[in-house]
Amino acid sequence: MKRISTESSPGRKKLSETEFKKRVFAYTAILPVILIFGFVRIVPIFQNFLYSFFQSTIGNPLQQFIGFTNFKDLFADDLFVLSLRNTTYFAVFVTLFSVAFAVLLAALLSTRSKASALYETIYFLPVITPMVPVAVVWKWIYDPTYGLLNYVLSWVGIEPIGWLVFPNTAMVAIIIMSVWKIVGYNMIIFLVGMRDIPESYIEAARIDGASTMQVFWRIIMPLLRPIMLFVLVISTINSYNVFTQVFIMTSGPQGAPGNAVRTIVFDIYENAFRYFRTGYAAAEAVVLFLIILALTLLQFGISGNKERRDKRRLLRKGGLV
Amino acid sequence: MKNYSGKPLVILKHLSLLLGASIMVLPFIWMLSTSLKPPHEVLSWPPQLIPNTVTIQNYVTVFATAPFARFFVNSVLMASLSTVAILITSSVAGYVFAKFNFPLKSFLFILTLSTAMVPLEVYMIPLYMSMVKMGWVNKFIGLIAPYLIMSYGIFFMRQNIMASIPDELLDAARIDGASEWRIFLSVVFPMLGGPIGAISIFAFQQTWAAFIWPLIITSSRELWTMELGLGMFQYRFTVDLGPINAGSMLSIIPVLIMFLLMRKKIIQGITLTGMKG
Repeated sequence: MKRISTESSPGRKKLSETEFKKRVFAYTAILPVILIFGFVRIVPIFQNFLYSFFQSTIGNPLQQFIGFTNFKDLFADDLFVLSLRNTTYFAVFVTLFSVAFAVLLAALLSTRSKASALYETIYFLPVITPMVPVAVVWKWIYDPTYGLLNYVLSWVGIEPIGWLVFPNTAMVAIIIMSVWKIVGYNMIIFLVGMRDIPESYIEAARIDGASTMQVFWRIIMPLLRPIMLFVLVISTINSYNVFTQVFIMTSGPQGAPGNAVRTIVFDIYENAFRYFRTGYAAAEAVVLFLIILALTLLQFGISGNKERRDKRRLLRKGGLV
Repeated sequence: MKNYSGKPLVILKHLSLLLGASIMVLPFIWMLSTSLKPPHEVLSWPPQLIPNTVTIQNYVTVFATAPFARFFVNSVLMASLSTVAILITSSVAGYVFAKFNFPLKSFLFILTLSTAMVPLEVYMIPLYMSMVKMGWVNKFIGLIAPYLIMSYGIFFMRQNIMASIPDELLDAARIDGASEWRIFLSVVFPMLGGPIGAISIFAFQQTWAAFIWPLIITSSRELWTMELGLGMFQYRFTVDLGPINAGSMLSIIPVLIMFLLMRKKIIQGITLTGMKG
């Protein structure tokens, strides 16, 4: 053991009084924040993994260790497989349509003007609005008898459709509503990307005789690739978490048939908080987590590779490799 | 040549933007219009975008027949306390991560940041069980507990402090004999106006819109928030469409006002942070 002394001991730098005070402050200031983080996030995230390997009873999530049984049961459970399929379907279509519309809108709005600022605000409106009220009003728009949508469709001679009544149309209806909700967010991100592209690139291409379409596909789109990847991944992740609009639109007499639009989070919610199958629901949450993790890694992986490739190309150009 | 090919395209562009914009605002107008209609007009056919008679009766009903005043107060309390808490935790942690060195610093920073990618839905079950253990189920503290911190808030504060507050300033204050807390409160905090504004907006918006957590953690109506109350009343109880749309309007208005007042800042901030976690 080293002798503890008040004089400066050799080999170990003693903190000066200011440094010591700084250290004390840093620890005392960060400690409460870390504790809250631990309590409401970090510990629960780890506990969720633990729960997923246990059989649970009401009040005791850790009744008995059962290994991977919950996971095996999950994939034999029609309702879970259905919710996984529904959610994937939902995520793919919401992402595709919201990204496609967002790119189109961003392309139309990329030149700054008074009008474009107004349009940005309007298209962004649904993004900042809470989900419940807009889901409520959309449910009313989809109403088969009095709904606004069927009325508009009647102008072109389409017979009234029970949008939320039938399984096929219910999913379509919720997808449309969700695209409407997030398209503005994606649009803003693309706009930032497009406005960052130097004007000279586009002018140079124009001088070389490129058409508007060529400029868009050959110059703008390739330059947007990293942003595209980011938006695709974020939209897919958020779509996998879909719950609120499904809960609102499937509830009550006007609501959609439950299972047709049953999603993963909805299934987790029912299993955990209606049937109290905590371990089972935790296993579902693990599956959801793995999907999100895979998507996140995909994004980091692709953009990481790209950076490495670019760096290598740069080095080669400079004759360094 | 440009004049010939350009004109129809420009018209087409404006037409499609206009069409898109009307689809974006139509649900809001429909909500507002329904909320101002008397009962017999709500279910009129063909649907009318502009009410024949405008009445605020639905707004009176929504407060009289359902405890929406209570829900509104709960939402305001929850969102504002959460905003204050997030501002405090984010600025303190952001400052420490930006300006201090200590063992485990990067580990703690990465730990707080990486949890941002895990949505509440993934860990809500164990979180709920912890609340059961603490006796916080169906209590305000349980309702607000997950909304006291925000990973991006910390990250955003750290970036801003690193960029805008020079070390020399802090050292000068130390030489003058100010204590570390004093430096934080009277030197650092007053310089954080920009990020404080941006983070408040996200925090408020995020907590105000919360749905699944209030749904599982509360059991008595006294604790319901605006979102939960609306979600429940739209099917469980017989409240007509008029009042429900009035309630929806009320739940949108605070966020809407904030957005229209601080549009630029919100859009900028959202593109920077991703508005999550």
